[in-house]
Amino acid sequence: MRGNWRRIGARTVHVLVLFVFTVLLAFPFYWMLIATFKQNLDMYKTDNNPFLFNLPPTLENLHLLFFDTRYVRWLGNTALVGVFVVVITLLLAVPAAYALARLTGNWGERVGIVIFLTYLVPPTLLFIPLSRVVAELGLQDTIWSLVVVYPSFTIPFSIWLLMAFFKSIPKELEDAAMVDGLSRFGAFVKMVIPISVSGILTVVIFTFTLVTQDFVYALTFISPEANQMVGVGIPIFLVRGDVYYWSSLMAACLIASLPIALLYNTFLDRFIAGFTVGAVK
Amino acid sequence: MAVKHAKVKSAGAAQSPLLGAAMFGPALVYIALIIGGPFLLAIFYAFSDARIGSVHLHYVGLENFRSILHSPAFHQAVQNSIVFTLSAVAIVVICSTILSLALEEPFRGRGIIRFLILLPWVAPVSLGTIGWKWLLDSIYSVFTWILVSLHFFTIYNAPMWLGQPHLAMASVVCVHCWRLIPFATVVMLAGSSAIPKEIPEAAGIDGAGFWRTLFWIKIPMMLPIINVAVLFSIIFTFTDMTVVYILTDGGPFDSTQTLPNLAFATGIEGSDLAAGAAISLFLVPVLVVVAYFMLRMAHRAEVV
Repeated sequence: MRGNWRRIGARTVHVLVLFVFTVLLAFPFYWMLIATFKQNLDMYKTDNNPFLFNLPPTLENLHLLFFDTRYVRWLGNTALVGVFVVVITLLLAVPAAYALARLTGNWGERVGIVIFLTYLVPPTLLFIPLSRVVAELGLQDTIWSLVVVYPSFTIPFSIWLLMAFFKSIPKELEDAAMVDGLSRFGAFVKMVIPISVSGILTVVIFTFTLVTQDFVYALTFISPEANQMVGVGIPIFLVRGDVYYWSSLMAACLIASLPIALLYNTFLDRFIAGFTVGAVK
Repeated sequence: MAVKHAKVKSAGAAQSPLLGAAMFGPALVYIALIIGGPFLLAIFYAFSDARIGSVHLHYVGLENFRSILHSPAFHQAVQNSIVFTLSAVAIVVICSTILSLALEEPFRGRGIIRFLILLPWVAPVSLGTIGWKWLLDSIYSVFTWILVSLHFFTIYNAPMWLGQPHLAMASVVCVHCWRLIPFATVVMLAGSSAIPKEIPEAAGIDGAGFWRTLFWIKIPMMLPIINVAVLFSIIFTFTDMTVVYILTDGGPFDSTQTLPNLAFATGIEGSDLAAGAAISLFLVPVLVVVAYFMLRMAHRAEVV
């Protein structure tokens, strides 16, 4: 009897913990969703219960966002930068990870860890000198400044992820390919890359999400409104004078966040395996 | 290419350092140019009088550091950064340990709960923070509305979440925790799934209760992964400027000013590159300590 009560108690606590955390963590997104469809008269009246629609929902905020702001342009800029950074990252990180996993012997592992540590060097340490480098290269105020700089944090982590991936491929596969007359590099291109598609896809998603996560570099390098990334454009330029268009702002945040969140969520376990630095075996 | 080819053939299936170097070289050069170069440049700037717009710069020795160390804003920023980091990391570790234990066993709807819990981490940070800026608005905050409807305050003396020094700091810490808890939770979940289930179960059969099993067996076994979560949380918090910049930009009265945000305000907005670079260099000691512990951990994992 006592054990029974205990079990019920434990279950209640379990459910309660999950409920409280889920509500606290997801609440801002729910709030964005409500605000997206609220009329201004409803939003800016403190007597109104903010949890309810006191006036009928409206699509006007979305209309304002898509047709009267540069939101679509910012989404396009972000996608474009993402694509270029993905290409640069793959071209440099895939061969480098393979070299560290297979060709460089014992010190490959150690170099890998050092490379991983460079991922921890924060933008807030480098943005001042990089702002001058970008200006010297004539890339200031263009998205190309970000295309050049973002690989500095996507390459190290991608090398680290791919190293583990390549190590899990049995060596015999390449040996067999080389016996069949392929060179080492040929075996890498024709054998290893095709069977590594899922690892490479992980890197693609990871790179793309990291590009959308940056705030500091885009804020530092780019000032014209039209050339902004979505992560800076919304907080800095969707504020007009002293008037915040909160409903449109919230819609903008939600629409940009959800696809990225869904993608990232699908691949999350692989990234986390990279983050655990061998503490989990 | 032909040279490399010959080398590969002669080395056979064994390691081939030359090809290795050729494949690894480009990435190394890129990282050196975009991370190593600017890092050295930051040190160089810190000892110069570099400003945005001026072409010539001169060596000024420790002048920048001297003037920074005498500025009250810098002292305030160091203090705030320490408070910000310690409190956020403590809250993140406690909450994510609890949450990861709650998510450990599979249950119906776990996938959707996990997605909702992860949202703050997987959504772009600046956009989530904007959501909070609305939630903490001085007039239309939902928290203010709740407190007013419960008659704790009237609309005229309601708290200004981002406008009063201590409250602003608490808000910034909470928003940062909101963002980091999901990350730390999944890191710990990865760790706890690697712990053999038999050990806590055996302890249960031997008569150890829930709390005993938790504090004497589960948490000690999770320590390595908790360390990983702590190290990452320290870096992500100490070097963050997005949350502070969007929510308060260091205000009111510098009460939420942190080192990265002060470096931005001084170096970019204030055009004083030299002083900004000098301020950002104060992030380095913390980074070095964290890097040291990570290396030690990676080394231990390699040995075991």
